[in-house]
Amino acid sequence: MSIISLKNIYKSWGDTEVLKNINFECEDGELLVLLGPSGCGKSTTLRLIAGLEIPTSGIVEIGGKDVSDLPPVKRHISMVFQNYALFPHLNVAENIIFGLKARKIPKKEQKKRLENAADLLGLTDFLDRKPSQLSGGQRQRVALGRSIVAQVSVCLMDEPLSNLDAKLRQEMRQEIRSLQQRLKMTMVYVTHDQVEAMTIADRIILINGGVIEQHGTPEELYNYPATAFTGSFIGNPPMNILTPDTQLLQACPSILLPSVDFTAPYLLGIRPEDIEISSDSGMECLVELTEYLGADTLIVCKVEKHSITLTVKGRVAVSAGDQLRINWKVEKIHLFDAANGQRIEHLKGATP
Amino acid sequence: MKSTFQLRYWNHINGWLLVLPAVFMIGLFTHYPIGANIFHSLFSMGTVTRPEVFTGLENYRYLMDDDIFWKVLKNNLVYSMCTVPASISIALGMALLINRNIKGRSLVRMSFFTPTVLPMIAVANIWLFFYTPEYGLFDQVFAFFGGDSHNWLGNPNSALYCLIVMVIWKEAGFFMVFYLAALQQLSPELKEAGLVEGSGGWYYFRRVTFPLLMPTTLFVMVNAVINSFKLVDHLIIMTKGGPDNASSLLLYYIYENAFSFWDTSYAATLTVVLVFILAIITIIQFTVVEKRIHYR
Repeated sequence: MSIISLKNIYKSWGDTEVLKNINFECEDGELLVLLGPSGCGKSTTLRLIAGLEIPTSGIVEIGGKDVSDLPPVKRHISMVFQNYALFPHLNVAENIIFGLKARKIPKKEQKKRLENAADLLGLTDFLDRKPSQLSGGQRQRVALGRSIVAQVSVCLMDEPLSNLDAKLRQEMRQEIRSLQQRLKMTMVYVTHDQVEAMTIADRIILINGGVIEQHGTPEELYNYPATAFTGSFIGNPPMNILTPDTQLLQACPSILLPSVDFTAPYLLGIRPEDIEISSDSGMECLVELTEYLGADTLIVCKVEKHSITLTVKGRVAVSAGDQLRINWKVEKIHLFDAANGQRIEHLKGATP
Repeated sequence: MKSTFQLRYWNHINGWLLVLPAVFMIGLFTHYPIGANIFHSLFSMGTVTRPEVFTGLENYRYLMDDDIFWKVLKNNLVYSMCTVPASISIALGMALLINRNIKGRSLVRMSFFTPTVLPMIAVANIWLFFYTPEYGLFDQVFAFFGGDSHNWLGNPNSALYCLIVMVIWKEAGFFMVFYLAALQQLSPELKEAGLVEGSGGWYYFRRVTFPLLMPTTLFVMVNAVINSFKLVDHLIIMTKGGPDNASSLLLYYIYENAFSFWDTSYAATLTVVLVFILAIITIIQFTVVEKRIHYR
């Protein structure tokens, strides 16, 4: 059963249209990530679900009920904000049960939920502290605690980890995921970090310029990018997107290319990890730059004016200026329509 | 060892040199006058023919028996008790009102702030006309509804309250600016978190906005209390403390003693009392109230 659904959502600020025809559903107990570059409208989408913004047109449903005209309180949601939004003058316990007090939940019940949440988040020893006396990770936990005690079906998270350092971010990410699974929460999670999205999500909605590029599992987004944008946004380093011109078509052996008529405008996508170095076959290119990353090495090379990035396992003895032959399997090529960026299946029997 | 000692020594000299200008100014304009004032209050009033003589606490004994002093002190307490809470709450209300996105916000903001910009003398003159019997603003409004004429400032029962109303009008806009600045420092995320957590307007105000504004409230309160003791310009224009000292305030009484009656010793005695009262109030505000304030 879908617990959240957005239908034909449009949102404008004055003359600028920030969301154009957004439609999606989120299943019960699912962790849905809204992913996209800055300013793509992902936070606005989340705020529309929360009721902090009102759509210009369209319907927001939560739990099968149209909530488009309801204030945030009546939507039975909780929200974790980017800067945590903790009340600086209240201690941790008061911050966590702030909403319960406002909703006049009985004292005994408040205490029970607080103890439960504090236990779950390892905050029991910090309940008397003020937010200013906590570390970033602990503040994040308090914000999560507020969400947990609310015991509502939907939890919204607006870039919750963006203020933490890299190591802590990874820890908190795993913690949020395990909490979400343990408590069977439905979570909508906004981030601009594709690694975060890939690791945490059940499903990802990739938004760009106010429209949904793709809605699917992380595997689907990685393996079958619906658009050239998805291809280049998901994966690290990003997918190579090449515009096949005559020079490239001459340089590239036809066995490496899909059998389509290249007089029409296409885009070729190939992931750096799908390219390998070959000794006898493949395409000639010139190494421009190498980066040793420990587990693998990143090589940037040039074919005419096209730049191609590849990653290979371990350390390889190539350096800038070397000639190199690169090879890939033709089924690893993602073919896109250059006009609208849409994916085109070029292999028989392949289905996303 | 010697060098560390010398370093410490020089540190002290350096430090003292740095604070010296401030120490000098505060000493000259604050501490010396207080001391001189206390000293002066222990002497009798001097005239050309009779030089002043040391009389000890004679002036203070006289003060205890001075009915006018007690009346003026009571007036001042009533005046403070009315103007301080009223102007603070009106200031807060106005700040909350214009912190929202309402139409014509800058016009409203300007009109709230205008009374502050006007000099007290001008304000007093304007309100003098408002209060004028028969053709003043208030009487005209009353007359329109069939009311009688009132001598607002001439009646001992109403004179003080007329001043109080005027001062509240004048001060609230000034305090509003501080509240407005503090409100704009509050993160909108907190408000949104409040909305999501189900805390409506009043609950959110009571649990979050008001406590977070406490530092501002303390600052405004200290200023309001001090103003209520030190601002007497309007008395000179409007009532001169009358009728029968019904609207006189402590500082105005000091002014009268010093520059109308030329009894500078008694004025010094009254000043000591005023400084003492202000010191007590400030100490209470900064100790008792401060403990309950959250500073970021």
